[in-house]
Amino acid sequence: MHIHKYEKLWLIFGVGSLILFLVILAIGAFYKEIHPPSHMDTIDPKNVQEHESFKEENLGLRQVGENEYIVNVLSSGFYYDLGKDENDKAVNTIRIPVGAKVLFQTTSTDVVHGFQIAGTNVNMMVEPGHISTLETVMQKPGTYTLLCNEYCGSGHHYMAATVEVFEP
Amino acid sequence: MIEKHLSISSKEARLIMAHMYVAFISLLVGGLMGLLQTFVRSGTFNLPFGIGYYQILTAHGVILALVLTTFFIIGFQFALMSKTVGISDKQRLSAWIGFWTMLIGTLLTAGTILTGKANVLYTFYAPLKAFPTFYIGLALVVVGSWIACFTNFRQLAVWKKAHKGGKSPLLAFMVVINMLLWFIATLGVAATVLIQFIPWSLGMVDSINVLVSRTLFWYFGHPLVYFWLLPAYMAWYAIIPKIIGGKIYSDALARLSFVLFLMFSIPVGFHHQLTEPGIDPLWKFIQVVLTFMVIIPSLLTAFSMFATFEMAGRSKGFTSLFGWIRALPWKDVRFFAPVVGMLAFIPAGTGGIINASHQMNQVIHNTIWVTGHFHLTVGTTVILTFFGIAYWLIPSLTGRKLTKKINTLGIIQTIVWSVGMFIMSGAMHIAGLLGAPRRSAYSTYTGAEQVDTWIGYQLAQAIGGTILFIGIVLMVYIFFYMVFGAPKGEASFPIAEVSEEAEPTPQYLENWKLWIGITIALILFAYTIPFIDIIQHSPPGSEGFENLIR
Ligand SMILES: [Cu+2]
Repeated sequence: MHIHKYEKLWLIFGVGSLILFLVILAIGAFYKEIHPPSHMDTIDPKNVQEHESFKEENLGLRQVGENEYIVNVLSSGFYYDLGKDENDKAVNTIRIPVGAKVLFQTTSTDVVHGFQIAGTNVNMMVEPGHISTLETVMQKPGTYTLLCNEYCGSGHHYMAATVEVFEP
Repeated sequence: MIEKHLSISSKEARLIMAHMYVAFISLLVGGLMGLLQTFVRSGTFNLPFGIGYYQILTAHGVILALVLTTFFIIGFQFALMSKTVGISDKQRLSAWIGFWTMLIGTLLTAGTILTGKANVLYTFYAPLKAFPTFYIGLALVVVGSWIACFTNFRQLAVWKKAHKGGKSPLLAFMVVINMLLWFIATLGVAATVLIQFIPWSLGMVDSINVLVSRTLFWYFGHPLVYFWLLPAYMAWYAIIPKIIGGKIYSDALARLSFVLFLMFSIPVGFHHQLTEPGIDPLWKFIQVVLTFMVIIPSLLTAFSMFATFEMAGRSKGFTSLFGWIRALPWKDVRFFAPVVGMLAFIPAGTGGIINASHQMNQVIHNTIWVTGHFHLTVGTTVILTFFGIAYWLIPSLTGRKLTKKINTLGIIQTIVWSVGMFIMSGAMHIAGLLGAPRRSAYSTYTGAEQVDTWIGYQLAQAIGGTILFIGIVLMVYIFFYMVFGAPKGEASFPIAEVSEEAEPTPQYLENWKLWIGITIALILFAYTIPFIDIIQHSPPGSEGFENLIR
């Protein structure tokens, strides 16, 4: 099939940019190992506490190294369970120092939820039977909203918590 | 008497008009739901009579994304097929059976939503559980559309038999490609609805595999957008050239781009699941690469369009570099509306590339940016082209004239639509980048300052939404005026001829076995290993949750 000269140029330019773009994505993915959150572990959604990370005493923020933290969260119909404080009250704010390495781990006890810290790249789906994990460094101090961004029922828009990133 | 003005027989006109009535009534009802949503989200309005926000959100999605589009497209395609290859009595009967099956399905699903038993949104993600008639209705819509598919396939086969060795008419070829794409894609959603959702919602099985249902849904969910887009491309390639007094730039390139869409639009569902657990990141990346292949036929289309415009302009004696732009019939709404849609596709497509870009998706996933994106693609590019089609299709089916006044009103409608969409979609894109979620009712969340920054954009969405709704009312008025009010007369059914300078179309472009074979091979490549993986690594299934949606 004959293709017009200008069209050939247009296609060479277009496909060329496409290839360049994909190469950049591939370098990010396979050389720098920046993949979207794709954790492969499964869990029984009716018995999440059999998993070490989601036992009641392990929920919420835990320091695991000098500047390293783990945040274990149970997501469920319209609530993020971040564990309890010393006074046995439910935690709804977690405080993380700027520049700390944080691993978020969450799973759902019922339907599909979202897990997004608005204004950051922390954004993942939470599905029953699967564990979602994401490691990040919070670079900018401020008060962020952790919210559910996948419709999960009539109270979906109330499902939120607060994440404070503070200058130590 | 009226018959003599019709561009096709009155029996065919009635079939196509039946589809159009459903489409335009859906536009009004679904649009009203959208308007109410933007009001609620501005934080200044509460829904009366105990109507739920997520109830109207479900209705808006189902009625506009599934009902309006499917009925308009199938009706339009029957018009193209009747015009180019004809329709026999038997085929028309099966087309009617398809129509009624879809309509009964639509009413069943809509009724379930109205009673508040299916507030699951149009993606109906498990394990949220709706009342069974919601899924049964959806299954009927799909089955009805399959009857239309096979009617179209049969129409072309009969024509081919009668014209041995002949090249099929371009528009009939395009319709069959789009229906093939739809048929192969809907196998996924039919599988999940018939095998997973219906037995589970009826209580015949206790649990559902959530990730399998999502994967099957998105196997369908991406080609779905090409099922919307290809009819717009049909109009751009083969109808607009006639309206501007030009010819089709190249029959072969038009067919090639449709074949590429068929091959590359199906094996790409994972880019909707980029942030979910349980899917290997390598396979996500492979599907991202496949997703980007659809950019190639889009580039072909963009070139063909501008080449057609320029050729038409130059043939009218405009010689300077951009002088031909002035030769285009900007005051003809049949041209103006689709071209504005075409222009919207530039930012819309760019946003799409960002959405599908492996890591970048994390920035905007499930934010209202995504809503802004598809209101630009399907809500502007596709729908403005459909309106552009209606301005000649409806008069030519009803034996009436497109009057000057309606033409002017149509141009006003297009401008109203663009302004409304610019405000609404622009606000959605910005709010999404700031972190505002999609598909959520009004909420101040934790009351943080951050959330405050979204509210202004949500007010802008309500303003844009109001302007858009005025656009909808105008369009529905124009539709009914063209059906009942306009003076009797003739309206042309514009189908362009291929330019004499275009190269002959190679025979292999009509090798259906080859194209379907490659498509299936690509689907198997993209899905087999990850699907086995998903099933082998299955967690215990999920029971249903109906309590969360009431
Ligand atoms: Cu939620």
